[in-house]
Amino acid sequence: MFYREAGQFKTSYAADQALLPIRQDRYGMFILLAIAFVGLPLLASDYWLTAILIPFLVFSLAALGLNILTGYAGQLSLGTAAFMAVGAVATYNFELRVPGMPVLISFILGGLSAAAVGVLFGLPSLRIKGFYLAVATLAAQFFIPWLITKVGWFSNYSASGVITAQPIEILGMPFDTPMRKYLLVLAIVVVLALLAKNLVRSRIGRAWMAVRDMDVAAEVIGIRILRTKLTAFAVSSFYCGVAGALYAYAYLGSVEPDGFNLDLSFRILFMVIVGGVGSIMGSFLGAAFITLMPIFLEVALTEANTAFNLNLGPGVTSMSQLLVFGGLIIFFLIVEPHGLARLWQIAKEKLRLWPFPH
Amino acid sequence: MKTWIKTLTVLLALTGGLAVVQPVAAQQAGTQFMGILGYRVGPYGANGAAFFTGMIDYLNLVNEKDGGINGVKLSWEECETEYNNAKGVECYERLKTRTTTGPTAIHPMSTGITYGLIDKAPVDKIPLITLGYGRTDATDGRVFPWVFPILSNYWDGATGIVKFIGDQEKGSLKGKKIVLLYHDSAYGKEPQPVLEAEATKLGFELKMIPVPHPGNEQQSQWLQIRQYKPDWVILWGWGVMSATALSTAQKVGYPRDKMVGIWWAGSEIDTQAAGPAAEGYYAASLNLAGKDFQVVRDVEKFVYAKGKGGDPKLVGTVLWNRGLAAAMITVEAVRTAQGKYGKKPVTGEQTRWGIENLNIDQKRLDQLGFGSMVPPLKLSCADHSGSGLVRFQKWEGAKWNAASDWMSGDRALIRKMVEESAGKYAKEKNITPGCMKG
Repeated sequence: MFYREAGQFKTSYAADQALLPIRQDRYGMFILLAIAFVGLPLLASDYWLTAILIPFLVFSLAALGLNILTGYAGQLSLGTAAFMAVGAVATYNFELRVPGMPVLISFILGGLSAAAVGVLFGLPSLRIKGFYLAVATLAAQFFIPWLITKVGWFSNYSASGVITAQPIEILGMPFDTPMRKYLLVLAIVVVLALLAKNLVRSRIGRAWMAVRDMDVAAEVIGIRILRTKLTAFAVSSFYCGVAGALYAYAYLGSVEPDGFNLDLSFRILFMVIVGGVGSIMGSFLGAAFITLMPIFLEVALTEANTAFNLNLGPGVTSMSQLLVFGGLIIFFLIVEPHGLARLWQIAKEKLRLWPFPH
Repeated sequence: MKTWIKTLTVLLALTGGLAVVQPVAAQQAGTQFMGILGYRVGPYGANGAAFFTGMIDYLNLVNEKDGGINGVKLSWEECETEYNNAKGVECYERLKTRTTTGPTAIHPMSTGITYGLIDKAPVDKIPLITLGYGRTDATDGRVFPWVFPILSNYWDGATGIVKFIGDQEKGSLKGKKIVLLYHDSAYGKEPQPVLEAEATKLGFELKMIPVPHPGNEQQSQWLQIRQYKPDWVILWGWGVMSATALSTAQKVGYPRDKMVGIWWAGSEIDTQAAGPAAEGYYAASLNLAGKDFQVVRDVEKFVYAKGKGGDPKLVGTVLWNRGLAAAMITVEAVRTAQGKYGKKPVTGEQTRWGIENLNIDQKRLDQLGFGSMVPPLKLSCADHSGSGLVRFQKWEGAKWNAASDWMSGDRALIRKMVEESAGKYAKEKNITPGCMKG
């Protein structure tokens, strides 16, 4: 009822191929963006902006990057955090060594550096597939943080390989408050998400999906496997690189190479799996689930502990939080193996028929 | 119909999950609120549990025995970071807004989280106390007014170990061979510049051998060591790496009483895991272990006897005692700040002044019941580290016994290197070094 597109006629190809062909979706997206750009900065506290919204957006971007590679092009990667590290360190070095470098250009160059490294580590994907490729990207995951720690130049010879992000300033305007940082991250993420959404509908995106579904068949119909796989690695690493730069510049401020460890790669992979493999929106839903759920659980358990006087030690609450979180992931994957994005799709279909399902 | 219900339940659960409610502030009005970024799960959970239990036990002791600090009761909240940088920052942001006075002072207990908070601390006016870890060059308080690498930093530890080895070798290290076996991470790299400087200065030969994380396989490293035949091995380990190093040393026949560990490789957790292989092993320490201190007896009497204690098994271990000392430093800083700003809950900014003007001499330590557990501590704007003293302990098979008095390393050399490094940071960040007023 709420979601019926009856009466919405498409009279041109442009209308038919629009990103959001249904009017309700368009309005929904406008409202969402209005809330994100205007409502949240006005209403949300600094805690929400710095501790929840900024990391959520940064991880969404990283998950989006991985989703392009794993969800759309079908190449499993465990090197996401390493590519993020490349982005962060490259951005830092561009800012440090080129005087007067605009920070947005540094972000893009950081992303491009990550793309170059991604292509390099994507080369084995031409010969090896599936889990074996995951092992090859695992090499990137161990090699890159090691290299950054080993070669002092990358961190400007800091004793422990830590990089400290320079203050962000765009056109003379300092981005130092949580609200400004949030808006900057939001703007970058929205632009890149829009780009990704269009990219996967383009010739390149269709080639990725063809390779994912069956690479032999794709080759037979004339898709160049080498180029397709490497563009997937490049684009994916670009997104991860920008996410890494934002992680360092807008979120943490100082990062150590060890922070970009296998753990982070796995977290981002889980975001993709829980959110929905091969879905742009799934990346956002997955990032929201993985970053927000533990916080919600911890707050809820601590509150329950004080409210009902359960007298549980802090160790017990931490452990039970992990248990509940793990249980929830399993629950969602059993209920809907295709992730939260698929759940949303099902909900939309139900809404379209509601309240007269048959 | 069935799928419909299922979808609905799932959606409900999801929206419930997303609606992260801002927690209701507990009844903390009028108390000195302490924010604790703790970790009790994850790979370093065992270490964290001992440290944070000690910390909370001491805060309980202050409340139970003295009724707070000059009548101001203490309250606290622990937030689980899982030793994860992103979660650590989230916890920090959450605890920061809990009361009007803020979380007093933060002990991140993780080098990674420390780095994540260094830029936030000056903006939020919350001091960071990094007890024996973190950024070494933060010792220069003119560049890092909000960071306090209290007791000793890694360079104090490294030069202290060299001095201890020198003492064992009757004063001269000329021509000796020393191996640094280190955890291949930012933590393991921290002592390298100062050890290289020491090697040139004192004329010993230094070989540095990395152990990749997590360090549970060290056969090849120890074969290298056996070939090289060093006079001493410095063990810069963390977690499982330390115990593995000890047992592999036994396997290749390297004497453990020629091995000296840094303080993070010197807790019961490390030596007990290695069993008899650990016997004779030395480790630097920031604090002594054991229950033979008045403060520990007080904790048992006022906290554990009333059923408010954390875990009796941890009492008296190295890390539990370190937790006591950490809490004591914060409490004394608050007391110092109260001396200037009045007997009410103090803010982070006032606590910062309190830490910078902290002066805990031996007399005060005896009053507090700490005795010789930690060295006296006096800080200033230029020196945020304090004593720089370390003490060596020897594992005698069942417990740690003191093997030296409090001693300091090459402080002049460290000071020079700290100022160089801090100066570079100040230039990168456009900071004009200077002391803060008030």
